[in-house]
Amino acid sequence: MAMLGDHSGFIIAAYGFVAVVLSALIGSTLIDGARQKAKLAQLEARGIRRRSDQA
Amino acid sequence: MSENHPVPMPAQGLGGSLLALANPTRFLALARVLIPILSGLAVVLAAIGLYLVFAVAPEDYQQGQTVKIMYIHVPSAWIAMGGYTLMALSALGTLVWKHPLADVSQKAMAPLGAAFTLICLVTGALWGRPMWGTYWVWDARLTSVLVLFLMYCGLIALWNAIEDHSRAARAAAILTLVGFLNIPIVKFSVDWWNTLHQPASVVKMGGPSIHPSMLWPLLIMAAGFLCLFIALHLMAMRNEIWRRRVETLSLRAAREAQ
Repeated sequence: MAMLGDHSGFIIAAYGFVAVVLSALIGSTLIDGARQKAKLAQLEARGIRRRSDQA
Repeated sequence: MSENHPVPMPAQGLGGSLLALANPTRFLALARVLIPILSGLAVVLAAIGLYLVFAVAPEDYQQGQTVKIMYIHVPSAWIAMGGYTLMALSALGTLVWKHPLADVSQKAMAPLGAAFTLICLVTGALWGRPMWGTYWVWDARLTSVLVLFLMYCGLIALWNAIEDHSRAARAAAILTLVGFLNIPIVKFSVDWWNTLHQPASVVKMGGPSIHPSMLWPLLIMAAGFLCLFIALHLMAMRNEIWRRRVETLSLRAAREAQ
């Protein structure tokens, strides 16, 4: 902390905030993707496919 | 972009290549290749950038170590403005060319742009308190960036308020293009008005005025942010295409069950 000077709290808070926001963004995007992929697989398992896939 | 959307006819040259990408299946194939490459690049660039920021880059003669906030604040500001510009181009794609992926691109961009603008605002406030003695002032630069954040939030709300994808895309495109007027205001606010915020020191006429020992870490961090942003945009677009396929197939399943 000492190497970051008198205002270390502001620097740590800024980098911490970036880490939290980017982690949330990456996490929510991955979870949304996995959810949509699972729903698609579920529909296809029931034999419901896109017309272009059936052709 | 519905599943019944016509696949564009083949065309020649660059325009033809872009139109070919308008086919969601081709886009998904390209995204499958690009997402891991961009994600890997983002991790490597962020690791190199953070090493340079905390182990190599000198402290500023006026700002001391607080200049380290610049390495996350400035890239997020560039992404916030660049993201909106890309969203405005997508809006043109929706309104003028009715590009099948344009409204997907617009919709996927709004939450990402909002997140990077929020990072810009919060890191700016945390940088401003020790340097200016205040977290916030209602000056032109800070206020115009807050307006940018509110525009992104408004667009997210609009997308969620209209169920029909085509109508939502047209409404969002019009709002996006109107809001684009704010982008030059954000960029030139430090030149047009007196503000606490310092003027541009990297992207300006006559080249960067920042010392290379600080410029390189900044550019590497910006490249890392950009790779992450593009990877996330491609992922969000892919998710939206999947979501619309799920909706289409669910409707078909419901019709067949009747």
